[in-house]
Amino acid sequence: MPNSSSIVLSARALERTVTRMADEILERNDGTDGLVLVGIQRRGVQIAERIAARIESSEGVRVPLGALDITLYRDDLQTVGPRPVVGKTLIPIALDGRNVVIVDDVLFTGRTIRAALDELADFGRPARVGLAVLIDRGGRELPIQPDVVGTHVEAPHGARVDVFVKELDGKDEVVLTSGGTA
Amino acid sequence: MSAPLGKDLLGLEQLTAEQITLVLDTAVPLKEISERTIKKVPTLRGATIVNLFFEASTRTRISFEFAEKRMSADTVNVGAAGSSVSKGETLVDTARNLEAMRIDMVVIRHPASGAAQFLAERIESNVINAGDGTHEHPTQGLLDLLTLRDHFGTIAGKKVCLCGDVLHSRVARSNIWGLSKLGAEVAVCGPRSLLPNAIEDMGVRVFDRIEAAIEWADALNVLRLQLERMHAGYIPSLREYNRVFGVTRERLERAPRDVLILHPGPMNRGVEIDSDVADGPHSVILNQVTNGVAIRMAVLYLLSGNSPQLAEAAKGAA
Repeated sequence: MPNSSSIVLSARALERTVTRMADEILERNDGTDGLVLVGIQRRGVQIAERIAARIESSEGVRVPLGALDITLYRDDLQTVGPRPVVGKTLIPIALDGRNVVIVDDVLFTGRTIRAALDELADFGRPARVGLAVLIDRGGRELPIQPDVVGTHVEAPHGARVDVFVKELDGKDEVVLTSGGTA
Repeated sequence: MSAPLGKDLLGLEQLTAEQITLVLDTAVPLKEISERTIKKVPTLRGATIVNLFFEASTRTRISFEFAEKRMSADTVNVGAAGSSVSKGETLVDTARNLEAMRIDMVVIRHPASGAAQFLAERIESNVINAGDGTHEHPTQGLLDLLTLRDHFGTIAGKKVCLCGDVLHSRVARSNIWGLSKLGAEVAVCGPRSLLPNAIEDMGVRVFDRIEAAIEWADALNVLRLQLERMHAGYIPSLREYNRVFGVTRERLERAPRDVLILHPGPMNRGVEIDSDVADGPHSVILNQVTNGVAIRMAVLYLLSGNSPQLAEAAKGAA
């Protein structure tokens, strides 16, 4: 196999990146008032939790944290094979008038975010919705852009960007794997 | 990856433990949708579902309809009375005519055992059995399993006794299959006239006295005495039935542990179950009803992937 892997973010680089993302979110939102973080299942939830922890240590405020599973809102459900596993959605407070920041691990085609925006609308009418992603790998198929980006990666269409988090994978790391069959 | 469900849901007898667990696991996150202000997800947008109910039903029909609507399917209800069935149209002709109008799924309740399978073998749409005669009622079995798992955390090793009219009960059959496959110990208790012959061959224990069943069990699934199906003298009188086999507070208070109480409804209060048990602290009868919607949403979701028409329609639209 002519696959080649390279580390995009090490554990320490990932921690620094999340810290910077948290600061940028605070800056854009002018503090924690009305701020709600919503992580997308699965690894967006862990990234959102870390951003919330960082905000708590710098501001002393625990911002509300939600989780969104977008499976039931996917636009390819009628063409993919066996039904994808449905995860848990938990929005702990009413979103009306809040500043919601959607948090995901990797931004690629934008279809996940399209689904997330549809699902969020079923929970109320936020004053503003932003998007923070750990990795922007390009390759958008919809007019969707992030507000806060951890890091940009030039990844061709057939490549994979894997985000590993301690909570689920036992280690913190972001790996780019190119080659293979596109 | 778990094994998918296949085209139809006809009974729990045909399913593996993995498939049953897949339905239960899928139902858990779907419960949240019914707690939202906007109780709707777009998953089955564009799918058409016909609810063919040839037998009286409130709970099951409404539960299926809520499940379908909360998944954004379009639904039509057909009953025996007021449809061409009353003019003598056969089941297959009715279904083929519905298919000619481009439907995707049929939910069928029918007084004849095997009606769902008969239909499933003859039409392309997904078929969901909502109760066929005295054969199976798989979604009720699944929602009972989910309710037990919610409460105990696991099904394996739990002792569950089905009480009362096992003979006429499709709920009992679905429960016996589902519980056994997930590793529970299963028993039945009732007058011999209301137990099928050779019920022991299904691998269940038989209790002749309700007191013994209560002493043994972690949970009782109290079945409805199906008076409308009893055309012969199965029991001397309702009063005597309640006196000998009724699940009463006095009997439960003598149990060595708290016994969880399930009932598929509709209840004959004061016959197979007393009111203070049905409304008591160990009753999960209303949890069963809530779980029923989530289970049916899960079944619709899991089966919908296996419809060739839906995949074709999606390709055409792309």
